[in-house]
Amino acid sequence: MSDWVIKGALVNGAPTDLRVSGGVIAETGSGLSGGTELDAAGLVALPGLVDLHTHLREPGREDAETVETGTAAAALGGFTAVHAMANTDPVADVAGVVEQVWRLGRDAGHCAVHPVGAVTVGLEGKALAELGAMADSAARVRVFSDDGKCVSDAGLMRRALEYVKAFDGVIAQHAQEPSLTAGAQMHEGIVSARLGLAGWPAAAEESIIARDCLLAAHTGSRLHVCHVSTAGSVELIRWAKSKGWNVTAEVTPHHLLLTDDLAESYDPIYKVNPPLRTQADVEALRAALADGTIDAVATDHAPHALEDKETEWGCAAFGMLGLETALSIVVETMVEPGLMTWADVADRMSYRPAKIGRLRDQGLELNAGAPANLTLVDPAARWTVDPHALASKSANTPYAGRELPGRVVATFLKGRPTVLDGKLA
Amino acid sequence: MKRHLLSANDVTRDEALLILDTAEKLAETTEAAQVKKLPTLRGRTVVNLFFEDSTRTKTSFEVAAKRLSADVINFAAKGSSVSKGESLKDTAWTLEAMGADAVVIRHGASGAPHRLAGWIKGSVINAGDGTHEHPTQALLDAYTMRKRTGRLEDLRVTIVGDVIHSRVARSNILLLGTLGAQVTVVAPPTLLPVGIETWPVEVSYDLDAVLPKSDVVMMLRVQRERMGAAYFPSTREYSRRYGLDRDRVRLLKDDAIVMHPGPMNRGVEIAAEVADSARSTIVDQVTNGVSVRMAILYLLLGGSE
Repeated sequence: MSDWVIKGALVNGAPTDLRVSGGVIAETGSGLSGGTELDAAGLVALPGLVDLHTHLREPGREDAETVETGTAAAALGGFTAVHAMANTDPVADVAGVVEQVWRLGRDAGHCAVHPVGAVTVGLEGKALAELGAMADSAARVRVFSDDGKCVSDAGLMRRALEYVKAFDGVIAQHAQEPSLTAGAQMHEGIVSARLGLAGWPAAAEESIIARDCLLAAHTGSRLHVCHVSTAGSVELIRWAKSKGWNVTAEVTPHHLLLTDDLAESYDPIYKVNPPLRTQADVEALRAALADGTIDAVATDHAPHALEDKETEWGCAAFGMLGLETALSIVVETMVEPGLMTWADVADRMSYRPAKIGRLRDQGLELNAGAPANLTLVDPAARWTVDPHALASKSANTPYAGRELPGRVVATFLKGRPTVLDGKLA
Repeated sequence: MKRHLLSANDVTRDEALLILDTAEKLAETTEAAQVKKLPTLRGRTVVNLFFEDSTRTKTSFEVAAKRLSADVINFAAKGSSVSKGESLKDTAWTLEAMGADAVVIRHGASGAPHRLAGWIKGSVINAGDGTHEHPTQALLDAYTMRKRTGRLEDLRVTIVGDVIHSRVARSNILLLGTLGAQVTVVAPPTLLPVGIETWPVEVSYDLDAVLPKSDVVMMLRVQRERMGAAYFPSTREYSRRYGLDRDRVRLLKDDAIVMHPGPMNRGVEIAAEVADSARSTIVDQVTNGVSVRMAILYLLLGGSE
């Protein structure tokens, strides 16, 4: 592995040279030499981004995404680690499947892949999956989620929260009360009423979050709330944190930007779960991410084959791409309006998600001795999203044709470039 | 006129009145001259694309198109497109290849006509999509109201029943708003959508209080399967509180009319005696449907010749 010297990147706002050798940051300072030089003047250096919520679709839907294409997209988006959700086919509910995904990630080499284990067998919400076996496997699973489905049974959720304490695991809940969302297609509100699409009420998310916070308090366990989408959810999480309970939360880039009125086109490119909400929700989510009530940005990158999106709204699959646009959306919604600094970006997209996932070699400050997982971002660059130019195997981005700020120039994974000059290395 | 008729909001006040006036002329022509068929759309192709069963609407469009001498293709497309394998987009391409000048679509998914309109060159006419809209029904209802009461401006129209799931209610509320009528909706709160307070309607849960002030009462079909989802406890209770029965109908003004888009559940939302009474316009609505749909086809297709 060759050595690199990254010249003049902005580390915590100050131009800094970083010498990368042997997979770690060997040295920081100025006037460094001793390796291939990368001129990073004007580029912001961030610790490699960590995604808590990625759908890589393999095994099962390799037509939509593979570990190879999904992690390539991740690297191009500045990520050095992703958590691969369990709703594959077969479901990642046994050690064999999580190890398979973990190995595919390692072989692809674009970023670290940390499989998420299913909480219940087959995501069916009935019986606990062998959480311990997945934790003890080579994949070292710490995050467990039935994402796509809610662990709606309160008793089962309580047991899951308790059980994972044995290996410092966390239950990442997809908060959606199923009896309030039968057939739901979009946010329940003025727009859904007009469009005649079955509503997904905010209360269906908030009631589960409230319950789960109480269960986390009662059990003393770690709860992570996936893709928070409503202003009410923010209030509940703020309340739980004020009590000192072990609750963390994530928000997706799209919930920081897009709103339910986009459904007026009936174009399922905007169909996502949880659904796009209102502008008031967007404002509340931005404020919560800025003040740290929401810990992390997580993409909920959800690739879908064209035929699953080019349909009537009601027949279409939920979900949108996110890995390659996440950082730019955060820049647009948080950094440019002055709600967050670049240090905050490092915190919400790297430090904190790595801590929640209990990743040992990710989300660390760019100091000498740290693993060289980092990304270099041109904050001044703007780029236009071309769905077919993305590395993802699918093209279901809601940002087609949109000009976004901030471009990932290079990404390093354990000292090795995965992206250089904005292209896969 | 826009190229498509997807929503009752696609027509301005002037366009809506033009459709009603044209329908009136077409009705007069065909009745007075005993001429059932006009040559207006000769050589044009109208496709009936019905993904849901609807003998009434499908037949109405078919008769309307044939009276204008259009070629009518009934494209059997029952069942959801996904379950049957062929996507709506593939169907659209097939229709395009057939040279359809207009596609009349009935579909169980809200917004399906909007999607279709993005994929074909011909005009798309929404004949009912999911729980969204049914604009031609609203136009024939407005036609019927105007014919029976002589006006639409400031007409007090009360719509009763399953508003949340009713495409008829949505389109009527939009069109009647455009035409200056005053709409009140009456339903159990479970059958009103979230955000109804932002709609240009009065809302009441008390049918008896609203009936004396109404010029038109439109009863919506209430589906028994809603009971299973706890929208109301029983059809009996629904009928008692929101049904238009013999006693309740006496609260109406002498000249008030009773409408129903059909098909009716006699004895649930409307008593048989009321449905068959002189106030009832239910048969007129069916007759008027043909004239109004002729006018719509004529104005959407004829104008571009």
